[in-house]
Amino acid sequence: MYGGGYIFDEPNGKQLREEQLHDDPEKLAAFEDRIARGEKIEPGDWMPAEYRRQLIRLIEQHAHSEIIGALPEGTWITRAPGFKRKLALIAKVQDEIGHGQLLYNAAETLGKSREAMINDLLSGKSKYSNVFNYPAKTWADVTVIGFLIDAAAIVNQVANAKGSYGPYCRALERICYEESFHLKQGHDAFIELATGTPEQKAMLQDALNRWWQPIMHFFGPPDKTSQHSEKLMQWKVKMASNDEMRNQFLDSYVPKIWELGLTLPDPLLRKNTATGRWEYSDPDWNEFFRVINGGGPCNAERLQVRKWAEEEGRWVRKALMNPAERRSLPVA
Amino acid sequence: MSNESLDPRVNRLKLGDPSAVIKVEEGENWNVYEVFHQEKRGAHHEHVGCVHAPDPQLALVFAKEQFARRKKCVNLWVVRSADILAFDVEDEDMFANNLEKNYRDASGFKVMEKINKFKQSK
Repeated sequence: MYGGGYIFDEPNGKQLREEQLHDDPEKLAAFEDRIARGEKIEPGDWMPAEYRRQLIRLIEQHAHSEIIGALPEGTWITRAPGFKRKLALIAKVQDEIGHGQLLYNAAETLGKSREAMINDLLSGKSKYSNVFNYPAKTWADVTVIGFLIDAAAIVNQVANAKGSYGPYCRALERICYEESFHLKQGHDAFIELATGTPEQKAMLQDALNRWWQPIMHFFGPPDKTSQHSEKLMQWKVKMASNDEMRNQFLDSYVPKIWELGLTLPDPLLRKNTATGRWEYSDPDWNEFFRVINGGGPCNAERLQVRKWAEEEGRWVRKALMNPAERRSLPVA
Repeated sequence: MSNESLDPRVNRLKLGDPSAVIKVEEGENWNVYEVFHQEKRGAHHEHVGCVHAPDPQLALVFAKEQFARRKKCVNLWVVRSADILAFDVEDEDMFANNLEKNYRDASGFKVMEKINKFKQSK
């Protein structure tokens, strides 16, 4: 989960046109015809350099988000209230790590090694979804993440699963299946707090107030400010605009929050019945960019924990290493 | 920024300098194995994905964890990705079936017409 729309917002329009000049026009036309016919692209196929570059970026950052996303939730495994919640949280965290593996694998088929991806994460060169730079302060935070962040991720992933790259689509199919359990268990825990004691309800409302802005940030900057690439849409790398996905999320989930008697910290939030679109106050995008560039409350801790795991796990990987093995690329 | 985590286990790790450079060497994450999953006895093994592992035995262990932790599974196969021999995807056109090939197909043989003709002729 957690492949946020932000990953397309680096200004790459210029580079796209430049690199395209080097693509064989005949092969490019055949490639674009194949996508237009709704066929998938597979690892051995010819593909434009920019398609490969953008897909590696998208899938790699999606993978990092799964791995880093398991950290704030993992924090709560020992403190989850009750045996069933603990089992569900362990299962969810394991799934997220598994999703990271599936996605790293899909990115590897495009030629970037797993080691190179991990190094780019550790050095800060490669990003992950911004929401995980915020702390899960209480159990209510975990239920907000499990319900609403997973819901937002599903909106994004269901769209991406219809994309053009076969290995990514296959990974997402499996991921979406498991995410439906994450969403349901999150919704269940969320409802339990919302319909519980006044203290439980207050704790949930407080978590919701703190998470609302990161959730609004989740799909990335508004369409009017972000650099759009029609090419990425045509190539079915990007399947829907940031605002379209945000609107779809609000349409499905705001009613599910309001029906429980909870409020959202945005006085302008409402559905325009004439247009069918949701209206809301623009979240603070300067804050979004400040956090994504390392200024968030948890950026340092997340990377430190990952570095610790790589360093402390190294002797195990080395001890198991078979010197006769030669690395190979995944086939599909 | 305070170095205090909300996770007591993270605090116990006494994490090092956040700007420290950690580099994973190429090959450190082992080799890649393709995984085939059999859902029930009598079914084909179907390709479901890959795992990284140092040898085939551990690839099986990781495959069980990754691909058989929820849905039904009775058996798994693993094979080194490098040992899969496949046609080049760009040669897809060699599978094109434009020729008339109903002589290979049950629908290419109409026996009832002949039987009826035979019966009528009697």
